[in-house]
Amino acid sequence: MKSPTTTTGVGGGPWHWLMQDTMEGLRRRRALLGYLFLLPTLLGIFVFTAGPVFVSFGLSFFQWNIFKPPDFIGLENFERLLEDRRVIIGLVNTLKFTVLAVTSQVAIGLILALAVHRINRIWLRYYFRTAFFLPLLMSGASVAVFMGYIFHKEFGPLNYYLTLLGIPQIPWLTSSDLVMISIAIISAWRNMGFTFLIFLGGLSNLSQEVLDAADVDGAQGLRRLWSVTIPLLSPQILFAMVTGVIGALQVFDEPYIMTRGGPGNASRTLVMVMYEHAFKHIEFGYGSAIAIVVFLMILVMAIVQMWLWRNRVFYQ
Amino acid sequence: MSTNVTRMPGDISAGEHRKQVISHQLGRWIPLMVLAIMSGVVLAPIMWTISTSLRTGVDSFTVPPKWLPTDFAWENYAQVFETVPFARQILNSTIITWGTVLGQLITAALAGYAFARLEFKGRDLLFWVVLATMMIPIQATVIPVFILVRSLGLFDTVWSLILPATPTAFGAFLLRQYYLTIPIELEESALIDGANQWQLFYRVYLPLVKPGLAVLAILSFNFHWNEFFRPLIFLQHANYPITIGIFQLQGYMMTGSISVVLAGVVVSLVPVIIIFLFGQRYLIEGIMRGAIKG
Repeated sequence: MKSPTTTTGVGGGPWHWLMQDTMEGLRRRRALLGYLFLLPTLLGIFVFTAGPVFVSFGLSFFQWNIFKPPDFIGLENFERLLEDRRVIIGLVNTLKFTVLAVTSQVAIGLILALAVHRINRIWLRYYFRTAFFLPLLMSGASVAVFMGYIFHKEFGPLNYYLTLLGIPQIPWLTSSDLVMISIAIISAWRNMGFTFLIFLGGLSNLSQEVLDAADVDGAQGLRRLWSVTIPLLSPQILFAMVTGVIGALQVFDEPYIMTRGGPGNASRTLVMVMYEHAFKHIEFGYGSAIAIVVFLMILVMAIVQMWLWRNRVFYQ
Repeated sequence: MSTNVTRMPGDISAGEHRKQVISHQLGRWIPLMVLAIMSGVVLAPIMWTISTSLRTGVDSFTVPPKWLPTDFAWENYAQVFETVPFARQILNSTIITWGTVLGQLITAALAGYAFARLEFKGRDLLFWVVLATMMIPIQATVIPVFILVRSLGLFDTVWSLILPATPTAFGAFLLRQYYLTIPIELEESALIDGANQWQLFYRVYLPLVKPGLAVLAILSFNFHWNEFFRPLIFLQHANYPITIGIFQLQGYMMTGSISVVLAGVVVSLVPVIIIFLFGQRYLIEGIMRGAIKG
């Protein structure tokens, strides 16, 4: 806050420094209003986001459940984590899911956007955009429930059509080898609407001059696509990949609802393991240690994202 | 597709041209076919869900699968409400979602204005700090927030979900962009007309950022209506929202009729479909602003 000592002008009273009818008074009123308007957001973020991150770090050095006082154990949680089979399986499953889901949703989204961009009829564009966008609005829970039935080995419609093609019934969600792949397919089904929109936006912003220059140079068809259009879309592709990875590392709803982490531990993800330790076994310290691992992986991706955004925030 | 090229003996460019015409036609039809197939892949599971929710139990997994509703067993929808406390869960979801949306609109409208139009010491630094917290995943905060919520006596109340979700870095950031698009001249003329600082915000700026408020409200409604992870942690039986309701239904119905479960799923999608029909423009704008102009 500005000190009242620089007061100029007429009048007096304790609020004079603020209420005086000069440019200086106006500036001070606006500054005070700025702090007041920010207060709810700053306070809320401090109490519910920024503060808790540091508390999570702190908790990861303790052994604690709600019934006994916390006990400082140094790095023991992290040592335990390195030898915890479920944590390692959870990490491997999460990474497998991330690679599969992100590459497929980026690749399919890109293909769909390139195709829709070529369509001139407005109603047809609108139809496709609407169709691809719809699953994005649905909850992970509802998608998991109906996709669980569609991917059912004996009764599911998917395997019905595959058997018509002579393919034997595939145990999508009941085989340890396939379950993460199936969940990645289902997740990509939902999220490709997002990457599609990002790429369609990018395509419509492409400079027509560059594309015309490519035409003059005789770049046609796939060659033009590969050496002109896709490089020009690289900011959007990077963005889609980074946000995709950040989301995929947190995967929980779909495997929790469709398979409860099974068969065995084949679809147990890192966040599921964290949830079980923190809220089923009430091990806040160990749960926090796993949460910190998730956080650090996402932090790396977030730093990449901030770096991508560095010149994009303050213009306009 | 006919080519208008007359073939001349020894004319190689005719063949070249023909090739170009064919590849041009392929370039038109292949994308259309890909799109037709993919829109089928996207819409078919949704159609199957709706039509199966209206089948009698014995016909749930009818072969071959039927994509359009043929019989209309509305009793499945009634049975959802008898199997789980679905009415209560819908009410819970509604309270939690609207509470959060309202809280976010108020805090973000204020913070966005401060970041966009008010000058004070440390503003840009604070903006970056707020922006950085957008990157913090829920897992990194959920345990301390759980402990806090318990010690405040808010565990298993709607407040345990509404309060922590009310401050929104994304919302502040989004609305800041809308405030920035409003010409500063409006502000000057309002001040000349004798408006004070609050009137300037409330009567001049706020009505002009309504589209931004709509975008935030719709994105936030959709996100919080669909939430599963936090309700699972912060709430218990009677206070569960609809997402956990359909999860419970699926659990009870493992051996029963999946048509009832899918009826529950369809009910949970109703608000989402309404948003989709009336607010698609805002949703797409929100996603684009969050991403491209980011």
